[in-house]
Order: sequence, then C-alpha cells, then structure tokens
Amino acid sequence: MSVTDLATTERTRPRGAAFDPIFKWICAAAATTLLAALTGIVVLLAIGGWPALSRFGLSFFTSTDWNPVTDVFGGEGPIVGTLVTSFMALLFSLPIAFGVAVFLVEFCPRVLRRPIGVAVELLAGVPSIVYGMWGLFVFAPFFASYIEVPAMSAAQPGSLLEMLTQGVPNGANILTASIVLAIMILPYMAAVLRELFLTVPVQLRESGYGMGSTTLEVVTSITLPYVRRSAVGAVMLGLGRALGETMAVTFIIGNSHTLPKSFFDSGSTIASTIANEFNEATTPMYTSALIALGFVLFLISFAVLAIARALLGAEKAV
Amino acid sequence: MLKRLTAVACAALALGAAGAAKADISGAGATFPAPVYAKWAEAYKAQTHSQLNYQAIGSGGGIKQIEAKTVDFGASDKPLKPDVLTSNGLMQFPTVVGGVVPIMNLPGIRPGQIHMTGSVLANIYLGEIKKWNDPQIAALNRGVPLPNLPITVVHRSDGSGTSFLFTTYLSMKNPAWASKVGGNDSVQWPTGLGGKGNDGVAAFVKQTLGSIGYVEYAYAKQNHMTYALMQNKQGAYVSPDANNFAAAAAHGDWSKAPGFYLLLLDQPGAASWPITGATFILMHKQQTNADTAASVLKFFDWAYKNGDPAAASLDYVTLPPAVKALVRKSWGQIKGPNGQPTYVSH
Repeated sequence: MSVTDLATTERTRPRGAAFDPIFKWICAAAATTLLAALTGIVVLLAIGGWPALSRFGLSFFTSTDWNPVTDVFGGEGPIVGTLVTSFMALLFSLPIAFGVAVFLVEFCPRVLRRPIGVAVELLAGVPSIVYGMWGLFVFAPFFASYIEVPAMSAAQPGSLLEMLTQGVPNGANILTASIVLAIMILPYMAAVLRELFLTVPVQLRESGYGMGSTTLEVVTSITLPYVRRSAVGAVMLGLGRALGETMAVTFIIGNSHTLPKSFFDSGSTIASTIANEFNEATTPMYTSALIALGFVLFLISFAVLAIARALLGAEKAV
Repeated sequence: MLKRLTAVACAALALGAAGAAKADISGAGATFPAPVYAKWAEAYKAQTHSQLNYQAIGSGGGIKQIEAKTVDFGASDKPLKPDVLTSNGLMQFPTVVGGVVPIMNLPGIRPGQIHMTGSVLANIYLGEIKKWNDPQIAALNRGVPLPNLPITVVHRSDGSGTSFLFTTYLSMKNPAWASKVGGNDSVQWPTGLGGKGNDGVAAFVKQTLGSIGYVEYAYAKQNHMTYALMQNKQGAYVSPDANNFAAAAAHGDWSKAPGFYLLLLDQPGAASWPITGATFILMHKQQTNADTAASVLKFFDWAYKNGDPAAASLDYVTLPPAVKALVRKSWGQIKGPNGQPTYVSH
C-alpha cells in the first residue's frame, strides 16, 4: 500500500460528514427566511399603500396637502424633508468623519488608538431617543440663542441671509435636525472610512513617505485615490441610516408638512410622520397614506444601498 | 408629570411582576387615562387579586382592537358616534374627565392674566393674528401690557384626543376654522410647529418667546405654565382647574345623549371650562363570555366607588354621581350568550 492510497482512504469519510447536508439546509433556510421577510415587507407595504397611491397618483409626490380631516394626502413635504435633512447631515458629518479616520490611521499615537476607537463605537451605541431628548432640551435652546437669534438679527431686510434664516428662533427646524442626524451617522462613517484607509497597502504609503511626501500628500495622492469608490459606498451607508432615522428627528424638526422655505423653517421626514401619526390614524385612507410613505422610504433606502453596493463591489473587482 | 410617570412606572412593574400569572381582563387604547387605569388596577389587584392588563396604544388602536375583539375593552379619548356604535355592536361609557389648557410664553405676564375667547384663539391658530398686541387680543385684555412679539403657534404633531377636543372646540366657535381646518385627532395645521406629545408642546412653548400652545391640564399645572382664562358659553372668563372641569361635566346632559356621545365642549354654567372632555371605554354589547364581561364591569364599578381619590391625585376629574348612576344603568345592555345582562351593579 502506497502512501498516497493511505491518505485518500482516511480522508474520504471524515467523522460527522453526514451532518454537512443538514448544516447546508439549515444555512439555506436562514438565508431564505431573510429573503422571504424582505419580500414580505415590500409586498405588504405596496399592498397597504396601494389605496392611497392609486387614489392620489402623482399628486401623492407633488402635493403638500396633508389633510386627515378631508382624507386628502400628499407626501411631498415629508419626502423632500427626508432628502434635505439626510443630505445636509451627510454634508456636515463627512468632513469630520474623514478627519477622524485620517487621524486614527496616520497621526494617532498607538496609546490613543483604542480609546478613540471605543469612543466612536460608544457614540454609535447611544439610542436615538437619547439624541432626540438631548436635541430638544439641550441643543435646540442652545442653537436658538447662540446661532439663530444672532443670524436673524444680523440679516439685512431683503437680503439673501434674511431669506435663508426666516423662521421661529426656537431651535426646532431642519438645520438642527440635520446637525443632530450628522452626529448620529458620524461614528458609522468614521468607522467604515478608517477600515477602508487600513486596506491601503503599507508598501504604497511607505513608498510615498520614502519619496519625501508629506502626510497631506500621501493622504490626497495615495490613500484617497486607492479607496475612492469604496469611500462613496461608505458615505451612502451613512446616508441610508440618516434616511430612516426616526425619533431624534421627530423631536426637533418641528413637524409641519409644508416644504421648508429656509434653514430655520420647520419640516418633517417620512419616518417622523409615520411615528407621529400612525397610532391615531383612524381612517383606512389615512393608514394607507402612511404605509405608502413607508413604501417610498423603502424605495429611497433601497436605491441608496444599491448604489453603495455597486460602488463597493466595483472596488473589489479592480 | 412626575407623579404620573411614577404611577405608570409602578404599575408597569406590578404588571410585569404578575405577567406570568393569568391576565384576567385586558384592555387597550387611549394614552391620556392610562396612568389612572394603571393606578386603579394596582389597588384593585391588592383587594381582589384580579388582574387588569391595559396597553396604552392610542385611541385609534383601541378602537381597532375592540372591533377585532382582541381585547375585552377598548378605550378612546374621542366618543364614537351612535351610528358607528350600533353598526359595530358596541356601547361606550365615560370614566374620567380632563381639560385642555392654552399655555403661553409671554414675558411679564402672570398665569391667568390673559383673557381669551374661542374665536380669537382660532384666529391665532389660523395664522390670521400674528402679533400679541393685535387689536383682537388687546380688546379682550384692556390694561394688560401686551408685548409687540410675533406669535408662534405650537400644536401636537401626533394624533391625539387632546387635539381632537381643541380643534373641535375651535370649529364650534369660529366658522372660518370649521370650514378651513375642522376638528379631528390630527388636522392640517395652517401654521406653527408640531411638538410630539404634551411634553413636546410644553417644551417648545417654554423655549419660544411669544409662543402659544395647548396641553392637558396636568402638564400645565405641574410645569407651572402661563395659562389663559377662557370665555365660556355664558360669557364668563374661567380659569382651568379641576372644579371648573367638573362644572362642565355636571352641565353635560348625559341623559339625553344616546350612547353617551357627548362632547363636554362649550357647556353652559357660569363656572364651566369650555375645553373639557371625557375619556371613554368601549365594549361589545353581545358578549361570548359572560364572566369576562362581568369582571370588566366589576372593575369599573369598583373604580367608580373607590377610585376618585386616586384619580384626583393624578389631576383627573371624576364624574358627578348622577352620571355614574346613568352609566351603571347602561351596563344592562351588555348581555351574555343567554341574553341576560352580564353584570348588575349593587
């Protein structure tokens, strides 16, 4: 008997091999459950929202008339509010998240890496209702007296600044909502960006330094180009979270269904509208309109995540 | 507010501890009376070992759940109209009364110094009166130093029985409000900011100079908010307090209200607070299990007899004895499978 024969006979039937098909089926069932749940949610949202979508048609997206008394619903206010606050949040948190990630990768002394990493994770773990109450009771009054009032009194009558700052100086507006959202998505984006920066091969960066580049040059000419596409994906993930954020926004956005006309104007988002009104939505059309809003939010989030995945996937293929 | 929160927390603990045991009766609905139902349930359990499980999911949810028969009783801050009751085979009865209070943030103005009518209040909420020194407000408040401040309107962002009472009252007093906005749990507000819950409205009013809002009485009282005196049906300006809510409840002609469909808004009587409302329990008239129905009625009968001090300590107003007698009589409509009333009060 040769050595190779011995090896093959011993390897053919490892102990417990009979369980592998079962294990495979368990995993497949888990994956199927997930897909089934997702499909179920989409289908139910579509069915539940259909009465409102079919009755109001395009005006559901182009009208701000949201009137529970007459059963007429147009979701333009919440839909636009969702997009505006989410993109503004992104705008605010992106530079900071970028700064945190670059600091952690390029400058941070080894001793500080862990504490800062833990702090970022803790920030991600704070429940959103806590951000909401902090926003309502602490941040909004602070923002009103130190930013809104000075800005509004500095504005010349008829100037652009006056147009952008009109509203009620009490801190409940789309700008404060966006800032609180920015704080909430910051840890996610910082964490993902840091991971991405760490994927840049050390040789590349070291050779950059070896050529006499400054840190700024290494970051802008080596690290960033290397992770460009994935970074866009990370940003999209943050955006996806901002889109669906509910309680914190509900507390400080001012909850009016009109289109926000300035930074200090109140507005609403899809998630905040559903959270506010679903409990007491008594007529079937009212409920349907809220579910239809949920369906729209699902489509927006889906589109954002699909773009994120496409960009992240493209990066891996390179 | 703290008192109510503690009461809710205690009740939640009590319910949680007994969660493993059989829940004798179950109910769901309005959040406004939830603290007093919880407190009653706690005391009732100590005396009778019967368990009440109440879920404060909102009036809309309470109505849906009782229609689907998933609970033994539903609770709503808004009475159902008699024809809706009939078509669903339901009956309703009031339990406690509360008041809605306009609150404001005005420098140099004491609580009760501002006088207000329903019509002017509606014009403020319509956005037609924009400043505190508007002639319409000044006419009601001669000698009061009204500031030249813009008015910020604050309303509830979530659907609520409080908004239903407030907007329905404005509809009664102001035709423009009735045609443009109407009365409902949630409406299309012509202007202003929405705060979530009584807390949210109170917080916005506290933080915004020149704002006006409306909250349940308990929130106005416990937060020491500046409130307005309201003109009632008889033309008198009354303050929001328990006695004046009770006066409105006593003037309500419950005996002529089929299915207890009665809004206590704008009631006659010199002391009646004009924005008053009762909260209601909903039950099926035809019961499949006579014992369960009897336990529910027994609980509320007990609460009518013994629950008044607990309700008063949480700033609710209890029903006048005559109304309680009428309600007890109405329980005869709730019948078991054998066609007999399930419970007779002694």
